[in-house]
Amino acid sequence: MTDLSIQEASDIARSYRIIRDKRKRRATITKHLFLAICSLVMVYPLIWMIVSSVKPDNEIFGNISLWPSEFIWQNYPDGWEGLFLSFTVFYKNSIIVTVLAVIGNTLSCSFAAYAFARLEFKGKNIFFALMMMTLMIPYHVVLIPQYLLFLKIGWVNTFLPLIVPRFLAGDAFFIFLMVQFFRQLPRDLDEAAMIDGCSPFKIYWAVILPLSLPALATTAIFTFIWTWEDFLGPLIYLNDIRDYTVPLALRNFISQDSVSMFGQLFAMSILSIVPIFIFFIFFQKFIIRGIATSGLK
Amino acid sequence: MSGVNLNKVVKSYGDLEIIHGIDLEVHDGEFLVLVGPSGCGKSTLLRMIAGLEEITDGTISIGDRIVNDVPAAQRNLSMVFQSYALYPHMTVRKNLAFGLGNLKMPKAEIAKRVAEAAKILQIEELLERKPRQLSGGQKQRVAIGRSIVREPELFLFDEPLSNLDAELRVQMRVELAGLYQRLGTTMIYVTHDQIEAMTLATRIVVLQAGRVEQVGTPFNLYNYPQNKFVATFIGSPKMNMIEGKVNNKGLDLPDFGQISLPATAPKSGAIHFGIRPEQFTIVKSGSAEGDATSTGEITLIEYLGSELFLYITLPSGHIVLVQASSQTQYKTGEQLTLSLTAKNAHYFGEDDLRIPLYDEKK
Repeated sequence: MTDLSIQEASDIARSYRIIRDKRKRRATITKHLFLAICSLVMVYPLIWMIVSSVKPDNEIFGNISLWPSEFIWQNYPDGWEGLFLSFTVFYKNSIIVTVLAVIGNTLSCSFAAYAFARLEFKGKNIFFALMMMTLMIPYHVVLIPQYLLFLKIGWVNTFLPLIVPRFLAGDAFFIFLMVQFFRQLPRDLDEAAMIDGCSPFKIYWAVILPLSLPALATTAIFTFIWTWEDFLGPLIYLNDIRDYTVPLALRNFISQDSVSMFGQLFAMSILSIVPIFIFFIFFQKFIIRGIATSGLK
Repeated sequence: MSGVNLNKVVKSYGDLEIIHGIDLEVHDGEFLVLVGPSGCGKSTLLRMIAGLEEITDGTISIGDRIVNDVPAAQRNLSMVFQSYALYPHMTVRKNLAFGLGNLKMPKAEIAKRVAEAAKILQIEELLERKPRQLSGGQKQRVAIGRSIVREPELFLFDEPLSNLDAELRVQMRVELAGLYQRLGTTMIYVTHDQIEAMTLATRIVVLQAGRVEQVGTPFNLYNYPQNKFVATFIGSPKMNMIEGKVNNKGLDLPDFGQISLPATAPKSGAIHFGIRPEQFTIVKSGSAEGDATSTGEITLIEYLGSELFLYITLPSGHIVLVQASSQTQYKTGEQLTLSLTAKNAHYFGEDDLRIPLYDEKK
């Protein structure tokens, strides 16, 4: 029988601890290395675009090195005025379309969702099923009938086809998102508000909406991103360059019959991401804040 | 006038009828408690009075006005919900003022009423907080505050204390009783807790499966239950029920033997013999009193400090619950002789209805 002194026992324990810590550190390093490589693969196109925006045109596709031989910051001011019109106009167009689309979508979809989640009316289930079915139809299928419709009412070549449908709760995805959100709000709140003298509209406006900031923020963020970077919609409905949105304008840097200005194209592409970035930073905090608003027991 | 009158009120969901034609009169200034087991329709009935559920048939009137088609907001009542239902995004002050704002009341009047209610309920220092920063008891006060600022003709409470812990529940119960005395407004209160019902009510309505079983004062319900359901539902712990057979000498009870019945008793059939735990007498050696006795074994003792409950297994295997003095020592396994007095007991026929044998003599 061997008796260990306290000193020996603590030495053994320490050596085990050192081995364990070493192993743990190695595992952490491996994990982080793996994640770093993965994220590099993900952001590489973005890095490439940022770098290309300050490269001389001949180096963008000709030189494998990421680092430019010289920084052409001039791509930015040149790109801004590089087309027939200044990007100020395109940004203005994009902002008009996007802001109205965000307002329209959040308002109208939440309105429709409130009806589906809280009100009782004839044919509610059928309407809900119909709405869900529109989720399964690809946009490209309705594109042509929709175009013909807007052509007939003379809206082609205006912003209206891009804006008005947003005010008519046309986006089943967001309606569904908000129906699900509203359904988990306790009905007791509606009833308390009812006794407090609220009409169904007032309940929606004063109780349901303020409690649904996470769903509203999600809708606003996605509508903003999808509308801002939408290419197909503006391409089809906008013909006059003065009405072009930013993505449409970017395409004009690539020219079939003369020299394409890729440096300027990438410079403006970088700038076109900035609003999305700012909007996301600003609205994502509502998503988090909304979760902590439960005021019941 | 702010009494409430229910006339043959029916509620059904599709083909399923859950309230079967209830007639009920709530007097002006009364504290009426609706009590019954889960699913008996008490909350539904309250929500129908509130205007949150439609009435399938019958009429409900508040004061002189039939309110079947009057929206909840215009019934001049307020309601406290089990979940409190405070608006999470508003401060306590806004929660209290919200309903008044909807009535287009002048700002000064709203501020005055909110301040008054806050003072009554001692929530003045909480006014700028959001509901999530309040404890359960504080939320409950705010919920009550929200209903008193309206100064309604009628208060409705839907199990308002059931989310509180035991100590707070007792405290809020006392405060509610105080509030009722102070305001004197008609109140209708739903609970499944019969202690709340007994302590708060002017009158209690016992409901079961969508029907009124009995309406009466707490005293009446406890001492003169009209049927077997009310007898076992009211009173804690429950009344003991012993199945007896009527024969030509009176009533034959298992374990206790023969007791005589007055001349008005039925001459045949079975009788449910009900006796409350405190109505048994524990017989000390030699001194036999009462009309019948039986000896059984103590199987369980519940010591509550001020009182003591003994579960006694009688020779037939039937277990009766007996209240005893907490100052006497008992041991499980001990043999104990119980005696009972016929005129203290309750008698229910085969149809479960009360047979009023001794009622006038009590």
